[in-house]
Amino acid sequence: MNAASSDLWTLVLGILAILVVASVIGYVLQQRLSPDGSNASIENLNARIKAWWVMAILIGIAFLAGRIGVLVLFGFCSFAALREFITLTHTKRADHWALAAAFFVVLPLQYFLLWAEQYGIFSIFIPVYAFLLMPIISVLRGDTERFLDRIAEVQWALMICVFCASHVPALLTLNIPGYEGRDVLLIAFLVIIVQLSDVLQYVWGKLFGRTKIAPKLSPSKTVEGFAGGVASATLIGAGLWWITPFTPFQAGLLAFVITLMGFFGGLVMSAIKRDRGVKDWGNLIEGHGGLIDRLDSVVFSAPIFFHIVRYWWSAT
Amino acid sequence: MSLLRKIIARPVATAIVLFARAITAVRAIWPGEGVPSDTCIYFANHSSHGDFILVWAVLPPRLRATTRPVAGAEYWLKSSVTRFIGRDVFDAVLIERERDKRTSDPIEVMATALDAGSSLILFPEGTRNQTDAPLLPFKSGLFHLASARPNIRLVPVWINNLNRVMPKGEIVPIPLICTVTFGEPLQIQSGEDKQVFLDRARTALINLSPKQAGGNE
Repeated sequence: MNAASSDLWTLVLGILAILVVASVIGYVLQQRLSPDGSNASIENLNARIKAWWVMAILIGIAFLAGRIGVLVLFGFCSFAALREFITLTHTKRADHWALAAAFFVVLPLQYFLLWAEQYGIFSIFIPVYAFLLMPIISVLRGDTERFLDRIAEVQWALMICVFCASHVPALLTLNIPGYEGRDVLLIAFLVIIVQLSDVLQYVWGKLFGRTKIAPKLSPSKTVEGFAGGVASATLIGAGLWWITPFTPFQAGLLAFVITLMGFFGGLVMSAIKRDRGVKDWGNLIEGHGGLIDRLDSVVFSAPIFFHIVRYWWSAT
Repeated sequence: MSLLRKIIARPVATAIVLFARAITAVRAIWPGEGVPSDTCIYFANHSSHGDFILVWAVLPPRLRATTRPVAGAEYWLKSSVTRFIGRDVFDAVLIERERDKRTSDPIEVMATALDAGSSLILFPEGTRNQTDAPLLPFKSGLFHLASARPNIRLVPVWINNLNRVMPKGEIVPIPLICTVTFGEPLQIQSGEDKQVFLDRARTALINLSPKQAGGNE
């Protein structure tokens, strides 16, 4: 067994152990404190644990299937996220072809470019080509009502749901000397840190949270939860240095950046939900919100993480 | 041929429902006590050819098996493909909408289907709504059918967002999340005036429409 796959197996077993422990704790808490499903925090915790199982199993299957599996998985995530996002926009009939192009041309092409490892065009395809061509498609219908709102919303939807999300599988295209064949572990590092940071902020907030950090955006988020969650996720990130090409200090620093971006990304996406008067982005899992509710922090941290690693570690 | 049509009708129905689900991620919202388990009439807003497919897709399989959409014969008998989809796949109750060309009474056709134990999906606006108004005035068909079978319960069903998925004249559907909201059943009262009943039914339906941002405001 080579080093890459033995690290992967250690990680898989570790995650399995954590999930089993989390599920047992969730079950015991539910039996003790919320047998009739009345305690919202415990129901929420169990819903999150279930979502992690799904996430871990899907990512696990994708890793087994290799690069193409990861691309297909994130391609579908982009599709479902874009569908949730566009549902909440003000787009009109005049945008029909622009939207069709977003779903059936831009999205598949973005992932195809990753598959073909065309980094140059991959990194500018949506910010340049889609940005300029989509409003052209819309303007040809001649409907000027709320035109700027409509084209801006479609571009934002593409940037968040397709461009940013595609930077998670883009980690596989990095060419880091001495880290060949292990890029998949970078995805694991990113996703684990973001998810842990989310839940640790939640746990710290529940235990010690007093001062609200953004009462208008997200009443459940507190300064104590934020500080505790970021600090502990950063430490865990440093402790996971062995699956990355980084030193423990660098791994901690990157985990710190990931958690910060994730936190503020969550705030931005909450602000959009409030603007549109909805509580959740969708109902992908009955009663537990949409896909974007689970992915918002990953989506914000992925491009920054990708570019930091590419700038300082990648050979190409 | 008819045997072949019957054999492929089921997989085609499944494929159409799966496709509709993949595009719209459709989700049903049920009233507190659920929908009636016996024969009833689902009446819904109509803005797209896909409307009854969404209602059909979210019904529990047990109810779906006995539920038939009511559709215009003129449209669905036009070509062999639409005839196959309308008759064999969805087992639609086809009614003739144009009064002067009629050979059968639509109310009688629908009542016969109800008597045979089928539930119906009905669009009381009579045609697809292409206007900015949320709901067109109801045609009198719902009243006449309810008067003919006063014991049958009528369930209002609001289909949200499907008009944005595939507006009239477009051929490529846009993936958007749709919901289908079922309301509390209502019944016609004995001696209830036609307009009073139609207004009551229309209000019950329009009350189910979400007042969320986005979409066609």
